[in-house]
Amino acid sequence: MAGRARVARWIVPIFFFLVLLAPPRARAGFLAEREVLPNGMVLLHAERTGLPIVKVVLAIKAGSVYDPPGKGGIANLTADLLNEGTTTRSSRDISDAIDFVGGSLGTSGGEDYVTVSLSVLKKDVSLGFDLLSDIVLRPAFKEEEIKRRRAIIKSSIIRQKEDPASVASKAFLKAVFGEHPYGSPVEGTEESLDGITRQDIVAFYESYYQPNNAIISVVGDIDREEVRALLKRFFVGWHRKEIATSPLPVAGRAEGPKVVKIQKDITQANVILGHLGISRENPDYYAVSVMNYILGGGGFASRLMDNIRDNKGLSYDVRSFFSANKFGGFFEAELQTKNATANAAIAEILKEMERIRTEPVTDKELKDAQSYLTGSFPLRIDSDSRIASFLTAVEYYGLGSDYVDKYKEYINAVTKEDVLRVAKKYLDPKNYVLVVVGNLEKTSLKY
Amino acid sequence: VKRAAIIISFLCVLFMPLVASALNVKEFRLDNGLKILIVEDHKSPTATFQIWYRVGSVDEKIGKTGLSHLLEHMMFKGTAKYGPKTFSQTIQRAGGIDNAFTTREYTAYFELLASDRIGLPIGMEADRMRNLILTPKAVLSERDVVMEERRLRYDDDPEKLLFQEVIAASFKDHPYRWPVIGWMSDLKTLDPEDLIAHYKTYYAPNNAVIIVVGDVSAKEVFAEIEKAFGGIPRGPAIKDAHGREDEQYGEKRIYVKKEAELPSVLITYKVPNISDRDGFALDVLAAVLSGGKSARLYNSLVYEKQIALSAWAGYEGLHRDPFLFFAAATAAHGKKIEDVEKSLLEELEEIKKASPSEREVQKAKNQIEASFIMEQDSISMQARTIGSFEMIGGWRLIDTYLEGIRKVTAEDVRRAAAKYLVADRKTTGILIPEGGVKK
Repeated sequence: MAGRARVARWIVPIFFFLVLLAPPRARAGFLAEREVLPNGMVLLHAERTGLPIVKVVLAIKAGSVYDPPGKGGIANLTADLLNEGTTTRSSRDISDAIDFVGGSLGTSGGEDYVTVSLSVLKKDVSLGFDLLSDIVLRPAFKEEEIKRRRAIIKSSIIRQKEDPASVASKAFLKAVFGEHPYGSPVEGTEESLDGITRQDIVAFYESYYQPNNAIISVVGDIDREEVRALLKRFFVGWHRKEIATSPLPVAGRAEGPKVVKIQKDITQANVILGHLGISRENPDYYAVSVMNYILGGGGFASRLMDNIRDNKGLSYDVRSFFSANKFGGFFEAELQTKNATANAAIAEILKEMERIRTEPVTDKELKDAQSYLTGSFPLRIDSDSRIASFLTAVEYYGLGSDYVDKYKEYINAVTKEDVLRVAKKYLDPKNYVLVVVGNLEKTSLKY
Repeated sequence: VKRAAIIISFLCVLFMPLVASALNVKEFRLDNGLKILIVEDHKSPTATFQIWYRVGSVDEKIGKTGLSHLLEHMMFKGTAKYGPKTFSQTIQRAGGIDNAFTTREYTAYFELLASDRIGLPIGMEADRMRNLILTPKAVLSERDVVMEERRLRYDDDPEKLLFQEVIAASFKDHPYRWPVIGWMSDLKTLDPEDLIAHYKTYYAPNNAVIIVVGDVSAKEVFAEIEKAFGGIPRGPAIKDAHGREDEQYGEKRIYVKKEAELPSVLITYKVPNISDRDGFALDVLAAVLSGGKSARLYNSLVYEKQIALSAWAGYEGLHRDPFLFFAAATAAHGKKIEDVEKSLLEELEEIKKASPSEREVQKAKNQIEASFIMEQDSISMQARTIGSFEMIGGWRLIDTYLEGIRKVTAEDVRRAAAKYLVADRKTTGILIPEGGVKK
């Protein structure tokens, strides 16, 4: 199958990064009921009838940003090991039980938080909560399972080296963030994984896997009383505990361009150009969203796509985005082009960055961006799965239960002057990191 | 974007789109031959509009491969009414997203947006069915874009390259053997005349199916579609071109040497499509082998023996002509591909000898049934499933399919394995890594 735009790489990142800024077209206000349980866990519940399924996302604020120095990858490994055995069930027991009912129970690492996601038919919801609670509350972290998963993750790290986009992305984050944890891969490195012991994992788990550090989102064909009863039955005995936090190192902006070139015998140069960005809490987040839509976030409506793909035929996939996390963020523009045209494509990225920070955008560009960002909201919460993830993010980033309505106001309040101001402030075509992975002889980089 | 360690080990059983039998599809047909399928789904205030044309890479000729996919790209280049570059921008301005994809048998265009704006894509799709403007300049520029897409997707991705090469070796005379995106040498020769001829032949109401799923009234949407598309004249009749694959005279084996980190193996077997009775057993076979972490391949190669990073099997039966059953694995770091291949084949031999357990078969069926229901969470997936079945013999096959799955026995699974997983249907490809990252 071949497609015109890279659905997987274009649509998904937009959902991932912009989902947080997209509100539902207010269908009578709230999307979900929120409640802080006695043990401190936040419960978000949305009952949706029509399909006999239940989706649960349990988020723990225990992402890679909390990896202790020298133990890179421990947050991801800890989450990964949850469904590899509990005090009463083996890894195989767990997978066989969930597979047998055609459900899924998966874990996923992340920078800020990790998630455990459950998807079951309504008739199997009790089994689902039983398994979910068991893996979160009573993981065994057996030595042999640690050994297995460490080897698998190491193999996948090695395999990532054959993906030029992944090689470029890792090099870029390292150059931009330096010692800040966002500069290290979520999954760790081959070396850092070797330094992690069972004791480290248990200690990490004890420190962060507490109810007052967790958010549970339950969406689907299940009412309030059923949710309460399930939580009471399966999460009993999970008590609140103090969470210790330590300050994170500060990532500083670099002076002058910093160029990282990586040789690979491939036909295209994979280019990433960018620098530090903003955190999710920055009040300019909304103006930045509008500005980036016009620059390179808006797919075929963006300047980068128009210039580099549509007019010059230099690239198939070109885009820019701001990744805004809790403790910081970054900006990047990325594309792939045949080695020989790398210089030309990089020059166009810099030109468009310079243009948007020196000339006001047109009225039409502003209006189109606002119209898309506000109008596309219903798409981001049009399924039980998407709603569960959305609720988790809204809660984690403290966006408020009225975010659904507020978002539209925030976006529509952005002016052309705001766009120019944030472009000047948050785009820097002089002090940037440029990563190029490709055939360096053929690219003959000027940068 | 950080790419966390995600192991793709058992996705294949999910590739087969599935839908609950109780899908309430309303079918209409216009005088000009256009078929319309509508499902009212009121869970969210959104809707998807999709138009599927019965044209794909199987309708191409040697020397002109990639034509259908390039035409798909050109469909976004504008008409007299909607100028160049405006298609996606207009949809996005309405808060929607749009895209398209080309496969071996069909080319589909879709929009997804708030349901009260469904009229917009209806008018725009009707317009570009007949009024596309193809300028030589735009064709040349978009050809370059497609060549970049090819470099990205195939030439620089070792596992995709292996896939391309194994398919090319599996078939010798069926058009399935070339990639949908086309061969690079052919892309360089595609010109505006080729595209215009392809467009005039295949982009007509009698060669298309419209699918709408979402928060709409079927009656109202149908009225809008009829108004927009009703006046388009029927195109010339299109010959139903089933491809033929000549007999295979023994096992085939190929190697791909490419800069990569881990070796991998990809095996294909020629199998019938889903309209054959054995198709159901082959689908259950794939689920028994790789439906989740508890299934045989993951459990044996990844968990117990710890020689593979991933291992999977999959049955691709949703094709017009007989296609392939896949079995594949990527070696774990430091493990030999010979050992991985041997273990993979041992699992296949095992299931040819002894029927799977009742529990394994029931688990596979439960998974297939559950995903029928799960996928209805997404209106896009629903529409896509309806389209995939419609393109190979009618959306009503969805019901037949589910019934067929329910009837499969453990012995059927063993028999299907023994019948089809044999040397004379087999092609094996091995990816041999060369070089690596150098700073």
